[in-house]
Amino acid sequence: MNVNAVRAIYLYEMSRFFRTILQSFISPVISTSLYFVVFGAAIGSRIDQVEGVSYGAFIVPGLIMLSVMTQAISNASFGIYFPKFIGTIYELLSAPVNFLEIVLGYVGAAATKALFIGMVILGTASLFVDLEIQHPIAMMAFMVLTCVSFALFGFIIGIWAQNFEQLQLIPLLVITPLVFLGGSFYSIKMLPPIWQTITLFNPVVYLISGFRWAFFGVQDVDVGLSLLAILGFTSICLGLIWWIFKTGYRIRS
Amino acid sequence: MTAIVSVKDLRKVYDGGFEALKGVTLEIEEGEILALLGPNGAGKTTLISALCGITVPTGGSATVGGYDIIESYRDTRRLIGLVPQDLSLEPFEKVITSVRLSRGLFGLRRDEALIEDILRRLSLWDKRNDQIKTLSGGMKRRVLIAKALSHEPRVLFLDEPTAGVDVELRRDMWEIVADLKTQGVTIILTTHYIEEAEAIADRIGVITDGQILLVQDTATLMRQMGRKELRIDLKTPVEAVPPVLGGYDLQLTADGAALSYSYDTNADGTGITALLGDLAKAGLALADIHTKQSSLEEIFVGLVHKEDAS
Repeated sequence: MNVNAVRAIYLYEMSRFFRTILQSFISPVISTSLYFVVFGAAIGSRIDQVEGVSYGAFIVPGLIMLSVMTQAISNASFGIYFPKFIGTIYELLSAPVNFLEIVLGYVGAAATKALFIGMVILGTASLFVDLEIQHPIAMMAFMVLTCVSFALFGFIIGIWAQNFEQLQLIPLLVITPLVFLGGSFYSIKMLPPIWQTITLFNPVVYLISGFRWAFFGVQDVDVGLSLLAILGFTSICLGLIWWIFKTGYRIRS
Repeated sequence: MTAIVSVKDLRKVYDGGFEALKGVTLEIEEGEILALLGPNGAGKTTLISALCGITVPTGGSATVGGYDIIESYRDTRRLIGLVPQDLSLEPFEKVITSVRLSRGLFGLRRDEALIEDILRRLSLWDKRNDQIKTLSGGMKRRVLIAKALSHEPRVLFLDEPTAGVDVELRRDMWEIVADLKTQGVTIILTTHYIEEAEAIADRIGVITDGQILLVQDTATLMRQMGRKELRIDLKTPVEAVPPVLGGYDLQLTADGAALSYSYDTNADGTGITALLGDLAKAGLALADIHTKQSSLEEIFVGLVHKEDAS
């Protein structure tokens, strides 16, 4: 294992993040505040409580998940796509590193950035609402797993993408709708029965439900199922990455 | 001298069916400067890419420092520094950060003293904290070299290091290459500037259409392949080559003031002595004579065309 190389990639990617730390910090703070103004104050004043939790607090896990997923994907996909785009990938390919080390460096950095933003949102949210986290360890575990698995997914997108449109395609067309329809801002028990059933095919529902359980002890689906869903997703991503590694798909001609 | 890079029957067929390397065999001696000369699309870059791990060869084998490039890729890549043809650099990054990354990627611990030394040698030290996008093309090329040298390679591949570089910078580059050679780095450079190969290479390999046509000492190649031209300036212009000189295949310049005679230095006799005698017999008074060695460019064109014709 070329540990120095993993560290070099990781630190290099993180330095890009720290170069724009103010933006990285301020934008989630502002967007979270906006969500609280719109959903918390405007809508929340009409919805009193959801499953015994104040609406403002209820949306916090969904908000964090929304940002963490999109950030993990965009950071990881951009991180590996950019060197492909500008040609600096030659250096990765000619370095004594294997694909696993490349993945560790890029995915590790993307997951760290997403985790940082998740924590910023959590901090911002706690300024608006009273938050009591019932299962802090489970909460962190869900968050870290989500960061890692979606960063893996983003990495795959970055390898697959051949232009900037494709880079945006899946996050925009697949992830955002799934997250919005995945119960970020509502409990799926508020939906008509038929939609409750349809919603169960949305994997994001399981992630948000499990994450919310870690906060408030309330859940849409069983927390075990949630854990299984995120582990399953991680495995699929790892499998795809293993295949990319074996075939050199879109990396090495 | 031992071969540090050994290529045996290396082949590369791209997915589209294009055969970029048709069985290249080549031995590169430790410490030498080898220039790979060939027209665009000859396979120079593909050969380098295959040795460095950027493309996967479809046949044959190669070793660097005795290690197989596929099975022991970590060992071979550690020995190799690559300066690519394109100025592929992250525009917003600082020079020194980019160089540090390269060292790390090759599995080495940070060594600020070494990096300072490399940057100073390449006149980049003052620019170390500049964003790469603010540098000129020549400076960017130096950054690529600095990155390649950051992990102290024993073999350095320079893929067209002076393409699109002005004359002064080209000479700078040659000095850098000569300096590296004194430190024992083996250098393989591709170029289609023949004067470049002639000026700095110990040996020249001519590659065309995915095959190595020949590899030879620069001097030997020049001597063996070199035809020379004798130019005779006349005191009084003539209208035609005098009949007594008919056997020499002389060319008369348009103004009739000079004759040129082409000969082969390797032939049994160059015919110069006889020619000079016959010139006197023909009653021609000479103003001056000079000889010119045919350039590598002419040799190269001759070789490639001979190959095309066969």
